Amino acid sequence: MIQVNHLKKQYGDKLVLDIPELSIAEGQSFGLVGNNGAGKTTFFSLLLDLIEPTSGSVHNQEVPVHESEAWKPFTAAFLDESFLIGYLTPEEYFYFIGELRGQSKEVVDRLIDTFKEVFNGEILDQKKYLRDFSKGNQKKIGIVAAFIGNPKVVILDEPFANLDPTSQIRLKKILKSMTESGQVTLLVSSHDLMHVTEVCERIVVLNKGELVRDIQTNPETLKELERYFEEQEL
Amino acid sequence: MIRLFLMLQWKAFLRSASFKTEIWFRILMALGALYFILVFLALGVGSYFIIEESGLGDPLRVVNRFLIYYLGADLYLRYMLQKIPVVNIRPLLYLPLPKNTVVRFTLLKTLLSFFNVGHAFFFVPFSIVLLFQGYDPIAVIGWHLACLPLFLANNFLNLLLNNADRVFYPVVFSLIALALAQYLGWFDITQFTAPGFDAFYDIPGLFIAAWVWMVIWGFAAFRYFRTHMYLDAGLSVKVDEGKTEDYIWLNRFGNLGTFLKNDIKLIRRNKRSRTTLIASVMFLFYGLLFFTGSLEVYENPMWQIFAGIFVSGGFLFTFGQYVPSWDSSYYPLMMSQNVKYQDYLRSKWWLIVIATGLATVLATFYLYFGWKAYVAILVGAVYNVGVNSYLVLWGGAYIKTPIDLTSNKKAFGDRQAFNSKTLLLTLPKLLLPIVVFWAGSNLWNEAFGFALVALLGLLGFAFRDYAFRAIEKVYKKEKYKTLRAYKHQSS
Repeated sequence: MIQVNHLKKQYGDKLVLDIPELSIAEGQSFGLVGNNGAGKTTFFSLLLDLIEPTSGSVHNQEVPVHESEAWKPFTAAFLDESFLIGYLTPEEYFYFIGELRGQSKEVVDRLIDTFKEVFNGEILDQKKYLRDFSKGNQKKIGIVAAFIGNPKVVILDEPFANLDPTSQIRLKKILKSMTESGQVTLLVSSHDLMHVTEVCERIVVLNKGELVRDIQTNPETLKELERYFEEQEL
Repeated sequence: MIRLFLMLQWKAFLRSASFKTEIWFRILMALGALYFILVFLALGVGSYFIIEESGLGDPLRVVNRFLIYYLGADLYLRYMLQKIPVVNIRPLLYLPLPKNTVVRFTLLKTLLSFFNVGHAFFFVPFSIVLLFQGYDPIAVIGWHLACLPLFLANNFLNLLLNNADRVFYPVVFSLIALALAQYLGWFDITQFTAPGFDAFYDIPGLFIAAWVWMVIWGFAAFRYFRTHMYLDAGLSVKVDEGKTEDYIWLNRFGNLGTFLKNDIKLIRRNKRSRTTLIASVMFLFYGLLFFTGSLEVYENPMWQIFAGIFVSGGFLFTFGQYVPSWDSSYYPLMMSQNVKYQDYLRSKWWLIVIATGLATVLATFYLYFGWKAYVAILVGAVYNVGVNSYLVLWGGAYIKTPIDLTSNKKAFGDRQAFNSKTLLLTLPKLLLPIVVFWAGSNLWNEAFGFALVALLGLLGFAFRDYAFRAIEKVYKKEKYKTLRAYKHQSS
């Protein structure tokens, strides 16, 4: 379970994130939507202790992330290219992450195999380093790596952006099946309202750093979200 | 149009990161540049007299004799170091500009490179000395005007040769073979080339031929870039072939091995780190200045300990100094993955220790200069492992300059890497052992001085857990600032 209390992030006088209370149950698939500058990436960076909270706290399975490193063994994320090591081949990168998480090569290979249809034959055995892959393929590699080692919490920033339509659909399927088991708490952000309503059981809307909607996904959710964003004031 | 281009260029210059450093450091840099300009000028002026005194004959003729090698070396250096400005063309491609203008501007811009201007430091003062020495003014000016386009032609040749290893290496090897043949007295190419260069002096007006030579290559370069001005042709960036490597032998070291594997790949597969490795090998030979007695001031044993630290510490100073910046492009991954600071720091430390050990073994050739020289190196190595290794890791926490692994830019000194904190940290790295040695040898004898310095190193080694904990604390404190700095400049 992820528990957020009085979390605030401020740059100068500008308050970019202000969440008084939020809890995400174990095994939940949690979607975060909002326009640019809403604070989605800021929120994820705070969950991963990549930026310092101005005040408040985040507890990941009871571990205060800002004070202890004990959340790292069961948490994985892919936010952007800075989670990739450019001079490795995809295979080397997967095994590197695997080794950090105490997974043998065979186990990593088996996991990669389940993502085969997302890779579409463009990732493995390409004799290329990560830095030379296209943005979309880099994203695929990063997302797959985030699932290595059975993490309990997986955080993905904009997993569908930059992917081709086929890969989007295939990835959606895989994400759904991952969360159906109830073992993984999945946090994704997206600008694509349709994808996010399909994958997530719960959707939270951020606007200018504040939590403005908290919806349990139902057949009407997509309409509701579209209405909300249409009526957004500038 | 040209005005717009120039404005772009001017802004690129003014807004480059190097301008945003502390003011006192900029002054220091300017003084440094001034120093080098003066040194080169002195060399240009002095070379005439040096050649004259060495009794090789008429200095001008001597220069002409070796000019072919000078040109060859120039081409080699350009090929290795001069960057082709294709990247700057890319954003101009789709703008409503005639392609001819873009190519012409880019080519003309390369003429302003240091690789062209730099030669003036030799040729201008040398020619002036020639005039003062009573050489025929018209002939000297003709010769000077002939040399200039020869080097500019090299500039264009290099543009054409870029990435054509197939052409380049045979040329270099044949030049080396020719030089060897000349040295061994088999065949002297200069007998054939020297008269050609002499002719520029002897026959007035012949310098036109050199200009024609340059224009031909300039036009060829223009044609080449004009026809290859597509993203997948002349403007493409070469992609290295990727190989998956295991290094299974490192697996037995557990987590440490995982990082070491990664670091070995980091060093092998990136331009910047490879350059650093080569630079660190150079340090091995630094001691020759001290131990061969070629410079009298360095005879003092205090300098020997200084040299000892440098000989084994090449890798420590060049690579270690930039930990954790080597990992800057994926630092967020390191900070959120299942990585403990302790493991991360330890792996970098071991890398430094292994490299220092290797350097110490390679440095055994200093035994040739007496066992005392090697003792100084051994003591330096112990101090490097025991004390300096922690100091570089500590200092690294304050260097927040992201490293672009794929480019060699700034490989030789980064302005932002010098801030007051890192400068302060160099004091214990170099001065402390010298002071300790001095104290020891004054109190008793040199052996005691060496022993004291080594003892410091051993103490540092013994307390390494404590040292790691202290460094870890600093890294943790600096974590967010470091992450932010890496993010800002990599994007």
